[in-house]
Amino acid sequence: MLSRTADHLYWMARYTERAENTARMLDVRVQYSLMPQSARAEQQGWRTMLGVSELNAQFDAKHDALTQKAVIDFMVRDPDNPSSIVSCLRAARENARAVRGNLTTEVWETENTTWLVLQQHLKNRLYEHDPGQFLEWVKYRSHMSRGVTLGTMFQDEAFNFIRLGTFLERADNTARILDVKFRFLASDAIQAGAQGEFYYLGALLRSVSAFETYRKVYRDAITPTRVAELLILHQKMPRSLVACLCAVVANLQDVRNASSHETERLAEQLHTMLEGATIDDILGEGLHEFLTRFLRSIEELGNGISRDFLIPVTPAAEEAAPLQSQSQSQGDGQTQSQTQGGAQTQTQTQTQTQTQTQTR
Amino acid sequence: MPNFYDEMYSDAATLRPHYDAFAQWLAQQAPGFIEQKRAAAELNFQRVGITFAVYGDDAGKERLIPFDIIPRIINAAEWARLQAGLVQRVTALNRFLHDVYHDQDILKAGVIPREQILNNAQFRPEMQGVKVPSNIYANIAGVDIVRAGEGEFYVLEDNLRVPSGVSYMLENRKMMMRLFPALFARNRVAPVEHYPDLLLDNLRSASPQDASHPTVVVLTPGMYNSAYFEHAFLAQQMGVALVQGQDLYVDNDTVYMRTTQGPKRVDVIYRRIDDDYLDPRAFRADSTLGVPGLLDAVRAGRVGLANAIGTGVADDKSIYPFVPDMIEFYLGEKPILNNVPTYQCRKKHDLQYTLDNLAHLVVKEVHGAGGYGMLVGPASTTAQIEAFRARLLANPEGYIAQPTLALSACPTYVDAGIAPRHIDLRPFVLSGKSVTMVPGGLTRVALTEGSLVVNSSQGGGTKDTWILEN
Repeated sequence: MLSRTADHLYWMARYTERAENTARMLDVRVQYSLMPQSARAEQQGWRTMLGVSELNAQFDAKHDALTQKAVIDFMVRDPDNPSSIVSCLRAARENARAVRGNLTTEVWETENTTWLVLQQHLKNRLYEHDPGQFLEWVKYRSHMSRGVTLGTMFQDEAFNFIRLGTFLERADNTARILDVKFRFLASDAIQAGAQGEFYYLGALLRSVSAFETYRKVYRDAITPTRVAELLILHQKMPRSLVACLCAVVANLQDVRNASSHETERLAEQLHTMLEGATIDDILGEGLHEFLTRFLRSIEELGNGISRDFLIPVTPAAEEAAPLQSQSQSQGDGQTQSQTQGGAQTQTQTQTQTQTQTQTR
Repeated sequence: MPNFYDEMYSDAATLRPHYDAFAQWLAQQAPGFIEQKRAAAELNFQRVGITFAVYGDDAGKERLIPFDIIPRIINAAEWARLQAGLVQRVTALNRFLHDVYHDQDILKAGVIPREQILNNAQFRPEMQGVKVPSNIYANIAGVDIVRAGEGEFYVLEDNLRVPSGVSYMLENRKMMMRLFPALFARNRVAPVEHYPDLLLDNLRSASPQDASHPTVVVLTPGMYNSAYFEHAFLAQQMGVALVQGQDLYVDNDTVYMRTTQGPKRVDVIYRRIDDDYLDPRAFRADSTLGVPGLLDAVRAGRVGLANAIGTGVADDKSIYPFVPDMIEFYLGEKPILNNVPTYQCRKKHDLQYTLDNLAHLVVKEVHGAGGYGMLVGPASTTAQIEAFRARLLANPEGYIAQPTLALSACPTYVDAGIAPRHIDLRPFVLSGKSVTMVPGGLTRVALTEGSLVVNSSQGGGTKDTWILEN
């Protein structure tokens, strides 16, 4: 398979997953804001959410006040915010369009329909009138996208790179949510007492569709330690770090090439480490320290995949390099001649890719 | 506007026989049925993403090409004649291309003035003496055909570079069969769905190697190109890779693509990029779309390009008037299809005639395409004509003029109901070891009343094209 094709498939999946995770975090926050709480706690809650994607500075540059409306606007429709739902779904659809021939009709039409319906939702401002319904829709479309991939795609390399994107992004997102939420929990923003903690952890569990699972697995009170254990170490929990790594390892094996040995080894190490760890080990090291280390490894894994498969070094790579670093402003290239416009595709995707890798 | 030929009716009350079954069916449909199907078609095209990009205003927006659900029908006898004419014409054009890049017999014989070829910007001296597989230059040709007042066919243009539109031909048929299966039960419509197979066979035959399974790729400028949907569609239908310039590189005159499993050799490139952008080392240095060294690989006979570099010299509007002469020169036959009489404004006498008759003529840029930069005299205001006169006088060599043909019209679904609209036809002719095509082609329709400009970039639509089998 063409490296560029693999690149588009991988990023299509990553952006789809990222849109879903943005929706999940927003949704929980919107629901949690209905709980009685101090204005300061409410503010801090939104701050935490922006912190997950490292977006506080960018938000403050655009908005004077931190309100729910402003944050939703910023996280849903702001095209300048690379993690906004619009940005993610646009990137997912653009990547899909670039390789539509490698997708089944069903997968492509799902991505395209998501984009077309999103335009209507943006026009009707559904995300303002009924954020819950809108965010539910985003999650639903992500489920659709994944389901249609599983249900229709031939399980060759194309499939493997889609899955790699999904699970690497998900591992990254789960780790971030955990890190930020637990830091918030440790601060004094949560009203003291078991009840405050219960609602807070309950919201966190719901944000990763794990509330019912928690009940089923532990049949006990919700404690921070168990929540962390479930989301990091439980192999059967589809959004846990260990489950994501297990899928990354399996898909990497399927696409193995002459230069991917190191990347594979890194993934296996990470997976083995998670399999062998206990929650006490992790809390002993410090959850924040552990997750920071994990996120760094995930980034390294992502770089390894890019290096080994997506932009492989070839004899002519040096000549092609200037092409990729050239930057054209979006829209500008499109009004130029047809052929110029074409050159922009990849530049744009590459730029997005790089931006994302750097900001996250 | 002179009277035009109506594809469906021979006079106000009389149907042409090959439209009988369709007209009967149409009359039986409940009011609102067609409108409902039309909306369904539009929704489906949008969802599938069968769109094209428009340059200029609204740049970057994807638009649907309006699809008209009333088919354009051609009877078997007419098609047989068209097909024979197309085979003849494209064969002669390929012979001509081989000749101008080798012995130049036609120039030596004085049939075409030497400077017309050698000074033509589309002539590529780099291809002089280069051997191409089967001596075929234009593997894929899209010949634009119109029908004038008495129903006679004329060739308007031979598109031998990167003709597009075949994906719409295929999608239109798929859509019609989905919307109106009953129609196909009543009419014996010749199938077109095997076009991608014919194309793949043809491309494989363009491999310079003897490899039993040559690796074929489709080279696209990228997804902001107006025809990107078609590039992706054809690659998928043929089951070959869709590549951009950056996916390929040349090493030792051999072309490779970068894959997740390392370099893979490429034998044939179906390129959908103009000559100018194909190789920054040989042509436009600022092109980021091409592949450095590609021309050398072609010259070394290490890769097949379809179409070959330099085919533009045969479909240029300044060469068009000579095509009937080529047919006689190379094949010793009388042309089956008519050429439109053409005034070459580079000639003093022709220029004068053109200037005197601007209000009645169609004037085109010699190197233009896509319906941009042309004057349709009868449909223009005095001010537009005068503005065009100034441009023409400033650069007479850049223009040709033709009488305004009364393009035939086909009933078309418009806001006011069903009304005749002008159409053309672009069959796609594949040349390799033999010349093949699927019956029919892409019918384009000018949706504005009275308009003769069918180009999709100018608001034209398309129709399904039926060749009825006997």
